[in-house]
Amino acid sequence: MSTDGPDGSAPVRHGRQPEPLIPDGPARASANVCQAAGCLSMGSDQLFETLRAAVLARGLHDVAVRRVGCLGLCAAGPLVEVPEQGRLFERVHPGEPKRTEDLVSSLAGETVAGRSVAADPFFSHQVKVVLERCGTVDPERLEDYVATGGYEGLSKALTSMTPEEVIAEVVRSGLRGRGGAGYPTGLMWRTVAKAEAPEGKYVVCNADEGDPGAFMDRSVLESCPQQVLEGMAIAGYAVGAHRGYVYVRAEYPLAVKRLSSAIRQAERDGHLGPEIAGTRFNFQVEVRIGAGAFVCGEETALIASIQGGRGTPKPRPPYPASSGLWGCPTLINNVETFANIPSVISRGGDWLNTIGTERSKGTKVFALTGAVTNTGLIEVPMGLTLRQIVFEIGGGLAEGRKFKAVQTGGPSGGCIPESLLDMAVDYETLAAAGSIMGSGGMIVMDDRTCMVDVAKFFMDFCREESCGKCLPCRVGTEEMYRLLDRVTTGMATRSHLAQLEDLAAMVRATSLCGLGQGAPNPVFSTLRYFRGEYLAHIDDHVCQAGVCPVPAGPPAGATEAALAGTATVSSGGRP
Amino acid sequence: MRSGKPKLATIWLDGCSGCHMSFLDMDERLLDLADRVELVYGCLVDTKEFPEGVDITLVEGAVSTEDDLRKIRQVRQRTRTLVSLGDCAVTSNVPGMRNPFGPRPALDRAYLENATSRQQVPTEVVPALLAESLPVHAWVPVDVFITGCPPSADRILEVVLGLLDGRVAEAAKVSRFG
Amino acid sequence: MSEVRTLVIDGKDVAATSDQTVLSAAEENGIHIPTLCHLEGLSDVGACRLCVVEVEGSPKLLAACATRVEEGMKVTTSSERLVAYRRNIVELFFVERNHICAVCVANNHCQLQDQARDLQLTHFELPPLHPELTVDATHERFVLDQNRCILCTRCVRVCDEIEGAHTWDIQGRGANARLVCDLGTPWGSSTTCTSCGKCVQVCPTGALFEKGRTVAEAKSRRPYLPYLVKAKRQGS
Ligand SMILES: Cc1cc2nc3c(=O)[nH]c(=O)nc-3n(C[C@H](O)[C@H](O)[C@H](O)COP(=O)(O)O)c2cc1C
Ligand code: SF4
Ligand code: SF4
Ligand code: SF4
Ligand code: SF4
Ligand code: FES
Repeated sequence: MSTDGPDGSAPVRHGRQPEPLIPDGPARASANVCQAAGCLSMGSDQLFETLRAAVLARGLHDVAVRRVGCLGLCAAGPLVEVPEQGRLFERVHPGEPKRTEDLVSSLAGETVAGRSVAADPFFSHQVKVVLERCGTVDPERLEDYVATGGYEGLSKALTSMTPEEVIAEVVRSGLRGRGGAGYPTGLMWRTVAKAEAPEGKYVVCNADEGDPGAFMDRSVLESCPQQVLEGMAIAGYAVGAHRGYVYVRAEYPLAVKRLSSAIRQAERDGHLGPEIAGTRFNFQVEVRIGAGAFVCGEETALIASIQGGRGTPKPRPPYPASSGLWGCPTLINNVETFANIPSVISRGGDWLNTIGTERSKGTKVFALTGAVTNTGLIEVPMGLTLRQIVFEIGGGLAEGRKFKAVQTGGPSGGCIPESLLDMAVDYETLAAAGSIMGSGGMIVMDDRTCMVDVAKFFMDFCREESCGKCLPCRVGTEEMYRLLDRVTTGMATRSHLAQLEDLAAMVRATSLCGLGQGAPNPVFSTLRYFRGEYLAHIDDHVCQAGVCPVPAGPPAGATEAALAGTATVSSGGRP
Repeated sequence: MRSGKPKLATIWLDGCSGCHMSFLDMDERLLDLADRVELVYGCLVDTKEFPEGVDITLVEGAVSTEDDLRKIRQVRQRTRTLVSLGDCAVTSNVPGMRNPFGPRPALDRAYLENATSRQQVPTEVVPALLAESLPVHAWVPVDVFITGCPPSADRILEVVLGLLDGRVAEAAKVSRFG
Repeated sequence: MSEVRTLVIDGKDVAATSDQTVLSAAEENGIHIPTLCHLEGLSDVGACRLCVVEVEGSPKLLAACATRVEEGMKVTTSSERLVAYRRNIVELFFVERNHICAVCVANNHCQLQDQARDLQLTHFELPPLHPELTVDATHERFVLDQNRCILCTRCVRVCDEIEGAHTWDIQGRGANARLVCDLGTPWGSSTTCTSCGKCVQVCPTGALFEKGRTVAEAKSRRPYLPYLVKAKRQGS
């Protein structure tokens, strides 16, 4: 049986599926077929079955056919990697038999085809810590995870380290939260560890991932859920918690399914549950499904939602570290943050500390999208430049297109112009440029993108997603949206622009939670680097990118009616 | 050439005349005010054309019709300090209550549904309604706002005297909607 | 269990107990901070943001009503910037919904109107949103006019925390957030409402009022709440 996910893209299959083909001895060649949501939506589950049948039919006894997680180049799916040959096969659509035949003859050693991985900058610039096993292990086979060193970190922590030693290792690694704010993970763990908790503590994995276009956490959960569970169990040991929750959005049914199956398998084999690794430590994990509100990624709203209430934020302090789930100290980290933990413990904090820049350690996963040639999921060391990401990993822009900006940080982030392309990607540098690291969305924009329109797009998102609890965000995002709409429709004056800037400053300063505080950011950053585009819309009625419907001349009365509602003006009721 | 006392004018757009009544409520203080200004236009003065070179104009009412709009544009051009007098001028207040519905249903209600005889929406003499009834500063820059429905005579006097003495900020100190 | 904390509010040395909020410590010392969603006797939600203050060392403004005092805190309650923001906030309340004081039951007894006066707000620059909203007059004694509701949730909290009925809640997000009765049913057919009238008494605006009141006649008795809270605590 197969059902479509709520977004229609990721069919989730239930029931028995054909087993992978794994030779008795070492495989001469393996077809690793991506089974993450992107490739699945292009039929990679059927491709797996076709390949399996073809390999069996040709009697290739030393060839493996396996399901794996995300292979990275999502836009070129369905993807199949043959690691022994260092080759990636793109667009192996099950409906195009020729593609499958090429692949099979490559597996049989008759021809050499596919994209060479070793020499390709898309792969060679990447450093994989979080995505270490994405695309190499079967997401639904605990054996695969354990065979590649999985759960070594947990058993090392439990059998040879004190909780404080575990925390010290995380501090030493320099790891910072990957969910957006970049708070030092070790410090957060220590705070929770020290908190008094007569009624216990909790560990929560934030997998709400609501940024438009982001799919980093989703890919990790769909590709290697065990790594996240191991990170959570280590955290539980370090802070003294015995229960954990993974809060996943309902739009990710495949992630939920794989996570649930991973929990069952880990419990079966004693990696979760009572007396883990033969010690007295016990740790249970439950999955909680959110209804897909962006604001539910905010930690206090997330807590309210897990508790069964309306997902609205609360003023902080008190922080969840002292009073979280049911008033108990609660550690909340992002999926990617947890996915870093097993290697930090098994290889040592110093190991991660060697990757990255002075104050941003390790790697960051980005969902690279937009106007670049190679779009997909990438993991790069902190400190790589934007230019390297866009032009080397991303393969640059399409022929004849000119780079304009790259947007990072989603609805709370900003747009970085060409003049800053040589900037190192780390928390501080991005913040200084008026953007944020955020959770890892990275959208490349070319000369066909209007920056006012971009600001309007994100404001539209924020006003839709505002929970409505506090006034500045509830009304301020709506008013900012209308002002931006005036600019894009040629109805704005300079005084509207001034109004927009004042309002943006006020909403940033007075909103209750990060959603409202961050909502003006796309406006600020586009004004900072692309004010000229705003003025062109306002003064000259020109949208340089040709996106906005600015009429050639000002409509009658539009420039005077500073207060008129947009609906009225466009209904043309005025003289 | 300016000579003599500052010129004061009042006009009445879409309002109920309450603000003008309140202005008249100054009673005997009107005489003191008359000593300090020359009243050049308004319901108390028999002048047809709004004069040039007015120092202070008090506007009552929201901008609701094409005629209101024509008037306020001319007034703005001919006035140094434009004062929105009362909530209708400041927020569009009661006239603005039709805005969510639009002009047509408002006309139908007044001239068809609620009319007992000669049910017909007038097309001549009565000026055409604008799509929305808006505050004065939605169309032209306004210098001073006096809130209230209506503002009290004391408040009006205080602001006008303040303006004559060059104190523009006076109005905010006595702000109160409703 | 509470301990003494010393802090500085607007340059004044102040002593408070650790369970006090910045707002209550300020009030006790004669320092006024404007509020709308806060009401003595109810839990605090920090929603209207009118009471935001600057705290030295904190990059963010904090809601005085929802922030506990801490040792050595330095608080500024009314810098020029704060006053400007508060004025913006009140303006946004006015443009959000249809607030025509002249024809409102709460005229002259409304805390939003008072804030506009105190903050010397003379007019609004931003375009009004004024959605078409409903008036629920199905209850035999009370009326809910959504057009005047500022979503402060005082009614939600008093009904839940004091009366124990939890008749009210908020539905919808962003600009579509609305106060709802039970599961979105008319107030008159509520199965939870005890008709105690507490929500009507605590509403800061003309959104909840007793039937039969016309313009400027709805006068709530808000300060009675602390007595009720005390009585309830003593009773239990
Ligand atoms: C509006 C909003 C949405 C957020 N969404 C997410 C999210 O989807 N995933 C996430 O990990 N963190 C999100 N955060 C950040 C969390 O509140 C929190 O800081 C994070 O989960 C902490 O984990 P970290 O330290 O590992 O980053 C969001 C914050 C805000 C204000
Ligand atoms: S800032 Fe926006 S999302 Fe956050 S509490 Fe306020 S209304 Fe809700
Ligand atoms: S609720 Fe208050 S502010 Fe709103 S119209 Fe009534 S009196 Fe005015
Ligand atoms: S009258 Fe009492 S019980 Fe009914 S909604 Fe109001 S507070 Fe709740
Ligand atoms: S009805 Fe009154 S008390 Fe309830 S949320 Fe609205 S304004 Fe606040
Ligand atoms: S009174 Fe503090 S936020 Fe409303």
